[in-house]
Amino acid sequence: MAENPAGQHEKITMAQALNRALRDAMTEDDSVLMFGEDVGPLGGVFRITDGLTAEFGENRCFDTPLAESGIVGMAVGLAMNGMRPVVEMQFDAFAYPAFEQVVSHVAKLRNRTKGKLAMPITIRIPYAGGIGGVEHHCDSSEAYYVHTPGLTVLAPATVADGYAMLRAAIASPDPVVVLEPKKLYFSKDEVDLEVPQPGIGRAVVRREGTDATLIAYGTSVPLALEAADVAAAEGRSLQVVDVRSLVPFDDETVCAAVRSTGRAVVVAESAGFASVASEITARVTERCFHHLAAPVRRVTGFDIPYPPPKLERYHLPSVDRILDAVDSLQWDDA
Amino acid sequence: MSHADLLPADVPVQLIDPDGRVTASADALPSPEALLRAHEALVIGRRINDQAYALVRQGRLAVYPSSHGQEACEVAATLVLEQQDWLFPTYRDTVSIVSRGVDPVEVLVLLKGDWHSGYDPVATKVAPQATPLATQLLHAVGVAHAATLRGEDTVVMAMCGDGATSEGDFHEALNFAAVFKAPVVFFVQNNEFAISVPLARQSVAPSLAHKGVGYGVRGQRVDGNDVAALLSVLGAAVEAARSGEGPQLVEAHTYRMQAHTNADDATRYRTDDDVEAWRSRDPLLRSAAYLTAQGLLTDDRVAEMDEKAEQVAAAMRAGLMADVQPDPQELFQHVYAEPTPQLREQAAFLAEELSREDAV
Ligand SMILES: Cc1ncc(C[n+]2csc(CCOP(=O)(O)OP(=O)(O)O)c2C)c(N)n1
Repeated sequence: MAENPAGQHEKITMAQALNRALRDAMTEDDSVLMFGEDVGPLGGVFRITDGLTAEFGENRCFDTPLAESGIVGMAVGLAMNGMRPVVEMQFDAFAYPAFEQVVSHVAKLRNRTKGKLAMPITIRIPYAGGIGGVEHHCDSSEAYYVHTPGLTVLAPATVADGYAMLRAAIASPDPVVVLEPKKLYFSKDEVDLEVPQPGIGRAVVRREGTDATLIAYGTSVPLALEAADVAAAEGRSLQVVDVRSLVPFDDETVCAAVRSTGRAVVVAESAGFASVASEITARVTERCFHHLAAPVRRVTGFDIPYPPPKLERYHLPSVDRILDAVDSLQWDDA
Repeated sequence: MSHADLLPADVPVQLIDPDGRVTASADALPSPEALLRAHEALVIGRRINDQAYALVRQGRLAVYPSSHGQEACEVAATLVLEQQDWLFPTYRDTVSIVSRGVDPVEVLVLLKGDWHSGYDPVATKVAPQATPLATQLLHAVGVAHAATLRGEDTVVMAMCGDGATSEGDFHEALNFAAVFKAPVVFFVQNNEFAISVPLARQSVAPSLAHKGVGYGVRGQRVDGNDVAALLSVLGAAVEAARSGEGPQLVEAHTYRMQAHTNADDATRYRTDDDVEAWRSRDPLLRSAAYLTAQGLLTDDRVAEMDEKAEQVAAAMRAGLMADVQPDPQELFQHVYAEPTPQLREQAAFLAEELSREDAV
């Protein structure tokens, strides 16, 4: 970790943290391969793979023909024959052509072969919106992957997690979909990447609070924290839980948090119907019913295709919507 | 390489005609030992197909897609491989997997319904069968590319049907293999039908082997009921892939003599006359006719082969008659390396439910 003259850690972006995770994983293990569209000399459209071809050679980080099913299907075979492939899907909505390979094979081969064939494949998907992107560049596709048994699904929200969770994904013996919030790629933080972060399957309380719990992941975590700041100024103490790992899901941490406040709002920007937010809401309700002072609320995007840039702000969860939802949680003083 | 070098011959390569006569120069033929070995595999393969069909009728197999009539393709695909090579079969390729040395009972686990795959893909170098069409061709490219990266001398035989050549993954696989120069032999068994849909509805290309040209992949057509020609063409393709010439595409012209599976009614889309025309081209009869005329296939040898086939069939019957009750707890064990907390809960729930059932 680079230190500046003042002896402090330098601020780095999530994009740099992800790049560092790939570099470190490739240095440690020759079988780690990185491939996809434009990930070679260009370094990926978001520069996550910057410099990897130069450092490791074009056998280790390479461009493929433009074909997502081909990319993931080839990863399956590479994994069958001893490699640890990491693939980049250029944007969320361009992963759909590979959906069959992901759902029918990547997720199922361990099961099909009773554990004889593991699929240590990492599928990196820049996901979600808030960047003013045109159609097909802003989808939150987590529900599709989360619904598929056999996949691990991660959504880092901090720079430190960008590094730690990508490392954990590559080290995992199972296929992992890493949803990288593109809106947060260039968010900076002062972090020491050597400090271990909680592993796959663990949620983390990002902010302590006593009145209500906001449950968020990925792009929605900074938003929830912002809402908690505003609420604090208004005298209400909101706790923020970062789910981090969508599958496996950490019922324990999330439910303990909800029980401690008795009120909860789930925040996510994907369409809300049959969503991850719905699942979290159901789980929390089933497990914490007698601790709840009010029904669990969801703040999500509308059930519409991701809107054009000029309208996306109407669709996305906002601080106001989160605070309105919090206000609706049947307060005694209301 | 000019595109002409990639193009298949105008007519499928044939070495022995349906009457068992040699139609090429005799030195183009595989050795007598190779042909006898192939013939034995054909006899065993036919027996497996017939036995499996009978076991379906007895309710011992849920479903069976027979390769009756296609056995020459099935056995040749395997016989041209070395120990270190990989086979990527489809659901119809039971016989080719058995020719690779896998116990038929293990192969039939999928079709029996006990589990999705019954053999160890790494130990056998045979990919697990699965039904999504053409998807396995990309896996084959990945296995081959991994072998290249590690400097291993491995060729991958990737099989599919004529219908599967219309799927996107077929095209992506050919293109990827060509770009990465992966040592893969794509082997299309063109049996004229994809369930009910005839070849004319899949493609109007001059042949399926022609599809390689657009990807820079050499194509070849072969008589799929002539085991000698298959050994020769597939053998040359494997050789070319092994020596670094990149992927190869081979289309075998054959015919599916039975319905798509036992569940299908083939009389709805083809006539008995069509099927009859192909009966005289049976790969076993042809191979037997040639070998007998050469004096290579004696009565003793025939009896010996029949005996071996009978043993395989008996083992299949015994294996499939055994009622294996798969352990329900296994449902949760192979989803992840370590079950998630959610799966542990569900496993405990099912265990508790089962123990209540036992108690009743
Ligand atoms: C992606 C996909 N679509 C549809 C099916 C259903 N299906 C199973 S076999 C088959 C026909 C395949 O024909 P072909 O590739 O010619 O192989 P054959 O069965 O003749 O050996 C179809 C449509 C499938 N298995 N996978």
